[in-house]
Amino acid sequence: MNALASLQQLFTRNLRQSGIFIAFAAIVGLFAILTDGVLLNPGNLTNIILQYSYILILAIGMVIVIIGGHIDLSVGSVVALTGAVSGVLVIRGGQPWWVGVLAALAVGLAVGAWQGFWVAYVGIPAFIVTLAGMLLFRGMTLQVLDNISLSPFPDSYKTIAGGFLNGFLGGQGYDVFTLVVAAIGVGGYAFSAYRSRRARIAYQQAVESLPLFVLKLVLIGALVMAFAYQLSRSRGLPIVLVILGALILIYTVVTTRTVFGRHVYAIGGNLNAAQLSGVKVKRVNFWIFVNMGFLASVAGVVYSSRSNGAQPAAGNMFELDAIAAGFIGGAAVTGGVGTVVGAMVGGLVMAVMSNGMQLMGVDQSIQQMIKGLVLLLAVAFDVYNKRRASTAPDDRSIKAKTPKAPTAAPSEGEPVGATR
Amino acid sequence: MSDHILEMHSITKTFPGVKALQDVTLNVRRGEIHAICGENGAGKSTLMKVLSGLYPAGSYDGDIVFDGEKVEFGSINDSEDKGIVIIHQELALVPFLSVAENLFLGNERSARGLIDWNKANADAAELLARVGLDELPVTPVGQLGVGKQQLVEIAKALSKRVKLLILDEPTAALNDSDSEHLLGLLRQLKEQGITSIMISHKLGEIASIADSTTIIRDGRTIETLDMRGGDVTQERIIKGMVGRDLDQRYPDHVSTVGEEVLRIEDWTVHHPTQPGRVVVDHASLDVRAGEIVGIAGLMGAGRTELAMSVFGRSYGRDISGRIFLRGKEIRTRSVSEAIEHGIAYATEDRKKYGLNLIEDIRRNISAASLDRLSQGGWVNGNEEVKVAEDYRRSMNIKAPTVMALAGKLSGGNQQKVVLSKWIHTDPDVLILDEPTRGIDVGAKYEIYTIINRLADEGKAIIVISSELPELLGICDRIYTLSAGRVTGVLPRAEATQESLMELMTKEREQVR
Repeated sequence: MNALASLQQLFTRNLRQSGIFIAFAAIVGLFAILTDGVLLNPGNLTNIILQYSYILILAIGMVIVIIGGHIDLSVGSVVALTGAVSGVLVIRGGQPWWVGVLAALAVGLAVGAWQGFWVAYVGIPAFIVTLAGMLLFRGMTLQVLDNISLSPFPDSYKTIAGGFLNGFLGGQGYDVFTLVVAAIGVGGYAFSAYRSRRARIAYQQAVESLPLFVLKLVLIGALVMAFAYQLSRSRGLPIVLVILGALILIYTVVTTRTVFGRHVYAIGGNLNAAQLSGVKVKRVNFWIFVNMGFLASVAGVVYSSRSNGAQPAAGNMFELDAIAAGFIGGAAVTGGVGTVVGAMVGGLVMAVMSNGMQLMGVDQSIQQMIKGLVLLLAVAFDVYNKRRASTAPDDRSIKAKTPKAPTAAPSEGEPVGATR
Repeated sequence: MSDHILEMHSITKTFPGVKALQDVTLNVRRGEIHAICGENGAGKSTLMKVLSGLYPAGSYDGDIVFDGEKVEFGSINDSEDKGIVIIHQELALVPFLSVAENLFLGNERSARGLIDWNKANADAAELLARVGLDELPVTPVGQLGVGKQQLVEIAKALSKRVKLLILDEPTAALNDSDSEHLLGLLRQLKEQGITSIMISHKLGEIASIADSTTIIRDGRTIETLDMRGGDVTQERIIKGMVGRDLDQRYPDHVSTVGEEVLRIEDWTVHHPTQPGRVVVDHASLDVRAGEIVGIAGLMGAGRTELAMSVFGRSYGRDISGRIFLRGKEIRTRSVSEAIEHGIAYATEDRKKYGLNLIEDIRRNISAASLDRLSQGGWVNGNEEVKVAEDYRRSMNIKAPTVMALAGKLSGGNQQKVVLSKWIHTDPDVLILDEPTRGIDVGAKYEIYTIINRLADEGKAIIVISSELPELLGICDRIYTLSAGRVTGVLPRAEATQESLMELMTKEREQVR
């Protein structure tokens, strides 16, 4: 297979997946031009990360919920509740920062277990359970906070979302440490990609040609390093980016490589078939929501840290941004399809659009309208794709590739030779 | 001879890269029952979609002449206006609406914008009488069995003043007595001057009812046989469908029967939502290593319910009875427990219960055996692909790679994926529920060969089937179920269709 053909295959293999990357690149390019490059300035890139990290964290959990065929409308309220619990302990109670964090995570897990119980074991649709949760946890937030905002957090707590790792290795006008971390990341990625390529070859599976493989690595490496260089010219490596990066890595592995991840896809793809294949559906659904609660509490900690306080109205509408990220990133409305990386890109599409339009001074009302249309178009694209796939005649596409000779085919159940 | 109600001339329909229909010609005489045969994917359904306007005029080449005039349908509505009604295999009824509401859906009996319920129900009762369905017009359709729903569909077609009725596999989901009734109804309609086109895999049915049969293979018309003389045999039709002689429809097989593997005793299952209704009634059966045991029964006899309740209590409630595996009592409270004990169940409804259609072949095959492909919760993706590739080759699954989506495969290949999935759980007992439903003759033969191979490997096989010849062709022993009771067991040598049918119906009458 020549390089061009395999490059083409790389794009067409999964239009749903590659489509979002192309769209993302186009949107970044568009706003880079429209803002005269301000979008890609070191300070602005850092800002985007700080500002949208909690949405991305929510989107990781949300895409798993969506793949499982559910929805979670309560995450905004959970962000508020966990932030409030943390705020009460740390600001009002004077506890150290980690007590607040642990308490928030515990609350998140408890919330997840509560919702998971109703969805998985009682069998109430997640839409209803989490709609109730949205009200329930918002109300709890008001109770916990006595309906007033708490602030400010001590510096140690603020560091979680506002802190940077830098200066450890010096550097003139740029932070060497940031670059080193990025380089290690790229190296690690390249190594694992190489190892999995080797393993695939050992199993005699098709792999992309070596030049293409190297080209892909170089391209990704260059992008990451360029991004890191911009960060290093600003304030260095945001701690929240480290958290986010770790979560993306962990959850990508969880969704693609673990039995649990497989079961989530199986349940979303065909619940009945999953059940009859021995998948413990209730248990999996339960843990999907526990996990969502956990990630919502992480987002709650990050958000309260960044906003330097706990507010009763925190996290309003976050659920919608997280859901939008999942769908723009290629998750199917009916479940069974979606990826963590896709959801991240979907979230970044929204982030870059918001940020770019803010830089351009576009009115808030117009911003909302454009974001709404983008979400609609993304899902329309998904639906259109699916329809196109389903109007193809039953098995014609397969048969076309394996033409059978009517007279000599031993395959179609040749009775004569097959008898014993 | 010249009075054709329908003439389709050299119809060619192309999908991107594929010619689905090529120069297909179909002539249907007025007032006849015309059968269309062909392997799955031969183009039968595509042809009917062209005819009904689902593929609008312009998207295909060729002419359609209906009732003497050239027609170009832009949509289903156009064809229905002319009196062509198609009834799909998957029925298009709304389960929560009443029979009458369904009958007049989109065609309501109304006056000045308000529905005249008295007229609707009266008209409905009349239509129901015409199709011989003894149900009230106000009964919700969801409460009727599949056979009765089929009749409601036909009544609906009659309400549209149908001239040409197209039925896509009308008896696929029906039991024998419901099928009989339906075929009888088609004969009645024929006497009333309604022409029918029937797509069917059931050759016996075609032989008994059709006046002519058109065979389609690989998107081309092969031939049209005149069936009125009664001299066209099933073998003759099969020859046309597959393009070669099938001197034998079932592979020869001598089972080497060993020790008893599974024994079910006193198995009783109640209906999940209707308390007090017994679906399986003190059933007992056993199957030995290397043995192929059949379960025959009419629809509603409790065959699937028996199998699914044994398989991890996937059906029913208040289940009682005992299961023994190699003489030792086991419990199968969940599907995973059943799989651990070496029981596998391949469902009768592949698309709904068997496969994740939006997932690829690979992950469908591994779905029930991820434990075997993983360590500490980590799936070995490469091993998974290798396993799937092995099955693709050994089971002859026709797909370019195992990354092809299960939903894009033909019925026979989907069934092979389902079988692969269960074989990879390394079961001792395989329960195959309607393993050849809706798949073509050639693929059926392959499935039989696979079943024989599994038996030779020492697995105990239970085959549930609605097709008696199939059970007689492949099973060593056949149990008959009726109204949830085991009414008999016959060794292959003693069993005939007649003796089985007698057992399948006998008990039911006694119970009443």
